[in-house]
Amino acid sequence: MIQVRELTKKFGPKLAVDTLSFDVQPGRVTGFLGPNGAGKSTTMRMIIGLDKPTSGSAIVNGKRYAEHDAPLCQVGALLEAKAVHTSRSARNHLRALAATHGIGNRRVEEMIELVGLDQVAGKKVGGFSLGMGQRLGIAAALLGDPAVLVLDEPVNGLDPEGVRWVRELLKAKAAEGRTVFVSSHLMSEMAQTAEHIIVIGRGRLLADTPTEDLISSASAKVVAVRAPEASRLAGALAGPDVTVISRSEDSLEVHGLSSAEIGTIALASGVVLHELTPQQASLEEAFMEMTASTVEFHAADIEAPAPAGHIERNPNQ
Amino acid sequence: MSAPTLTMTSDSGPVGGRLPGADIRVTQARVFRSEWLKLITLPSSWYTFFAAAAAMIGIDLLVCWAMNSHWSQMGPMERLTFDPIGHSLRATFMAQLIIGVLGVLFISGEYGTGMIRSTLGAVPRRLPVLWAKLSVFVAATFVVAMVAAFASFFGGQALLGVHGTTLSAPGALRSVFGAALYLCVVSIFSMGIGFAIRNTAGGIATVFGLLLILPGLVQALPHSWEQHIFPYLPSVAGSGIYVVKADPGTLAPWTGFGVFCIWAVAAVIAGSWVLLHRDA
Repeated sequence: MIQVRELTKKFGPKLAVDTLSFDVQPGRVTGFLGPNGAGKSTTMRMIIGLDKPTSGSAIVNGKRYAEHDAPLCQVGALLEAKAVHTSRSARNHLRALAATHGIGNRRVEEMIELVGLDQVAGKKVGGFSLGMGQRLGIAAALLGDPAVLVLDEPVNGLDPEGVRWVRELLKAKAAEGRTVFVSSHLMSEMAQTAEHIIVIGRGRLLADTPTEDLISSASAKVVAVRAPEASRLAGALAGPDVTVISRSEDSLEVHGLSSAEIGTIALASGVVLHELTPQQASLEEAFMEMTASTVEFHAADIEAPAPAGHIERNPNQ
Repeated sequence: MSAPTLTMTSDSGPVGGRLPGADIRVTQARVFRSEWLKLITLPSSWYTFFAAAAAMIGIDLLVCWAMNSHWSQMGPMERLTFDPIGHSLRATFMAQLIIGVLGVLFISGEYGTGMIRSTLGAVPRRLPVLWAKLSVFVAATFVVAMVAAFASFFGGQALLGVHGTTLSAPGALRSVFGAALYLCVVSIFSMGIGFAIRNTAGGIATVFGLLLILPGLVQALPHSWEQHIFPYLPSVAGSGIYVVKADPGTLAPWTGFGVFCIWAVAAVIAGSWVLLHRDA
């Protein structure tokens, strides 16, 4: 289990992570979401001790990561796809990492086979595709049979089959009772993989909640309506907190009213309805809504000079 | 790529960390082994060490051959001060460039490729990585430099023929060993700079600046300053160990070597401070 307490990281004057506190529980996949520059990678790097917190702490299985005698057996981390010397072969890379813990070559071969790199294990990593690099990173993360997995964007660059494989791997590891903490910018991916979601924006905690609750709480009242006399219905629906968007000649999107209320108004005004569908907000929308005010790099900000700030180091986001 | 299938090994206990094999944990000896594997699994290590040895032996032999074949054209003064040991080890100056580049690259290559994140992820206490890298690289340098220095000396003396000398000549053994020791300290110095600067171009520029450019700059100073600074510069102080006929005003061989070692230790201290305090 991972315990993050009041974790703060400043890069110069810029606050990348701001008094962040959360627990990542074992036995389930926990998703870690946030817009670019929200501080996800920095938080993960502080958990592994690559970045030193300005204040606060990140505790893994009772100790700071660096205090464990066998760190690779406590936490398996994939923080960027190619944290590998490009001139070395995949097999030699894994052997060198395994050697630091006295982990044998048999385990290295098992991991190569597990991630499906057997054909290319003797080749230089420099020639690997992003997907192959991710698989090598996952093999490295699993070397020590760790109780905790920390993975930054593990499905980046993988083909659909690879994405499904990672999803199943994460679920299986969680089912074994391990702690699985995974960041992604693919919200739909998280909806299918994570049972619990932690959302941050501008380094601050925005949500720490079961995935289902996040979706339902963020579902705004949006109803799709189809009616032959759509414009007349729109007039009848108008009110102070109601927004009606005309989608086409016969369809509307109504914000601010429930489907029951719309049905009642339609009956009262004698409008025939062909469709009345409450829209379930996707996780993506829930996420956008939640982080709307904290997005670091708005597309509209292009004209303004970019703030000299810390951009997350994952170049693939 | 073949379709990977998901199979959980039976030893994967619910809390993890249950690999077969006793005593899975980080030890300094294991980090040495890891760094040794890293050094020998990079093809560039082999090329570069080979290049260093080949350049040193090749140039030394060429110099000795040239000296011997032009002996008749040399003036009496030149013959009187002729230094057969020095001529057979002249290319140590050349080899230090190659060793210095490789020493910086052994560190900066990890930062440049992102490998350092994997390295420090496995050994988060960090300093064992520094000791291991220093040890394996200095050991490799020592072996290569020793072979090259003795080959240069014996080959060079053979080519000098009657103008050559033997290992029992005063200062000869110290000079040959000294050339190898000098290159070892160059490797420590350059790795310390590598850890401190972390960037290949910056690291190499700093090493070359301190070893090669600085002496030239200091010689441009007024003599009253220069005489107090020049002998203590790293390459000037250190190279006395492989020179028999030293220039006046330079330090005694072992004193100078000690000064060079202090430079190297300072570089390593700077490097370890950066390693421990800066984000990777």
